[in-house]
Amino acid sequence: MLGRRGSLRFLAVPPFAWLIVLFVAPLLLAILISFRAERGPIDFGSLLQASTVQYEKIVGTPSWLRLLATSAGMALLVAALATLFAFPIAYFLAFRARHRAPIFLILLLVPAATSFLLRVMAWKVLLGGSGAINSFLIWIGVIQDPIGLLLYSQAAVVITLIYVWIPFAALPIYAALQRVDRSHLEAAADLGAGPWSRFWRVTVPLSLPGVLATLFMVFIPTVGEYVTPFLVGGTDGFMYGLLIQDFFSRAGNWPLGSALAVIMLLVTVALVAVALRVVDLRRAVA
Amino acid sequence: MTAGMRGVRRDAIGVGHTRLPLGLIYAAMLAFLYLPIVLLAVFSFNANTSLSFPLRGFTLDWYGQVLDDPALLAAARNSLVVATVAATAATALGFAVSVAVLRFRFAGRRLLLALAAAPLVVPFVVLGVALFLLFNIFGVPRSLLTVALGHSIVALPYASLILLSRIVGLDPALEDAAMDLGASYPTTLRRVLLPLVGPSLLAAWLTSFIVSFDEVALANFLAGGDPTFPVFLYGQLRFAGRLPVLIAMAVLLMTGTIILTLIANRLRSRHQ
Repeated sequence: MLGRRGSLRFLAVPPFAWLIVLFVAPLLLAILISFRAERGPIDFGSLLQASTVQYEKIVGTPSWLRLLATSAGMALLVAALATLFAFPIAYFLAFRARHRAPIFLILLLVPAATSFLLRVMAWKVLLGGSGAINSFLIWIGVIQDPIGLLLYSQAAVVITLIYVWIPFAALPIYAALQRVDRSHLEAAADLGAGPWSRFWRVTVPLSLPGVLATLFMVFIPTVGEYVTPFLVGGTDGFMYGLLIQDFFSRAGNWPLGSALAVIMLLVTVALVAVALRVVDLRRAVA
Repeated sequence: MTAGMRGVRRDAIGVGHTRLPLGLIYAAMLAFLYLPIVLLAVFSFNANTSLSFPLRGFTLDWYGQVLDDPALLAAARNSLVVATVAATAATALGFAVSVAVLRFRFAGRRLLLALAAAPLVVPFVVLGVALFLLFNIFGVPRSLLTVALGHSIVALPYASLILLSRIVGLDPALEDAAMDLGASYPTTLRRVLLPLVGPSLLAAWLTSFIVSFDEVALANFLAGGDPTFPVFLYGQLRFAGRLPVLIAMAVLLMTGTIILTLIANRLRSRHQ
């Protein structure tokens, strides 16, 4: 008969093995390949090289590094604005909706469950030169000629991604606000704090873990985005993720693409490490 | 309204008074979230290839064409297969992670927990590149299986979080009792823990299924000649004339996903 202790390996070994083979090993492999000099076919014999050629090339190409900075900036803007818009929704759900909160929560989740590509496409259709906004304005006679500049810009990418993320962004903030002890707010009121000061000095600080979790939940997928910039970004809205993808599809330079990906990985891991020091994220999502 | 009633109401809402019309802000936000989707759905019934105003009249042609498009239907079927495999793997692994982490003390416990959550902090393009290289170098041809393997990794954090938060609330004494009565540990897991976790297991599976079914950035790197629906959609979106048919198909699938989300949400909230 299999005892409790003996069962542990059947529980722990499969997920460990799965994660090592399909998560740790590929990332290590990408790091290895980023240190190769040539783009030629890769075989096991010549896997181990220690050339920093690709990294030198990246450091010597300011436009790529600028693109990384731009993409990080866009992702930060998307994360900040999605959080800002999601906060009142979460606040409403946690403090005002009361017994109707479950229904309002579901109403919020339905757009989130809608296909990601479809939501991106919706904005392409909305913003396009012959798209819904322009054709609607022409149809009702507000304008004669389509307004340009709506689609294929950084702004289009940012707006689309904020739209995509708002419903998800509300969830961690809602969870954090639900855990705010109502007696703290009452105590603050008894001590003479007005509504404004209670909000800024009690509610907001207590919701910070949720806010930070949200910022990262939005920032990480956004900084590596290549699908949305491809569909609505045009040349202005080009992002670092699209550059990486290019080296694997059209350009076919895996070592260089890997080096670009490794740099992005380092940036996100460093940011998460810093955040984990500031706030206990595990408490925020649990 | 009497002063006493106001007092009760104030306590119940945690002194959360503000003059901001929060309900109105919420309603405006919902309108902002729904409008683009509803607009697309409207265009999928519009008798015009171009998605623009004025509307030209009601048609079901686009939905009819969905049924006549074998490549489209094959891609949708592929997505069902991939999401089913990925969700099953992620849920089984997430259950193993949760039980191992919550019911045992062992050397790699914290590492296992960290690893199971780690895919959340890696951008998909990076993981996509990494898995692409792995499969290439080991000579694994890209296929629906490689997509499903990739998706099992990105769904694992979600499945684990749902199952961890369910199992953490269950009393381990129930399992101790079963074992005292002579059940082996595997039997205890199957006959005691699994039924107790029950609906959360389904919630984890449905959440993983939805994550996989909608995923394009990773799948785009890992799919071979046989695309999943999002990969197919991504490839076809540049052809403007195809848009209404693609949107009709997406609306159909979206309806399915929404129903699954509602079920997953109901299971999770009722159970916790």
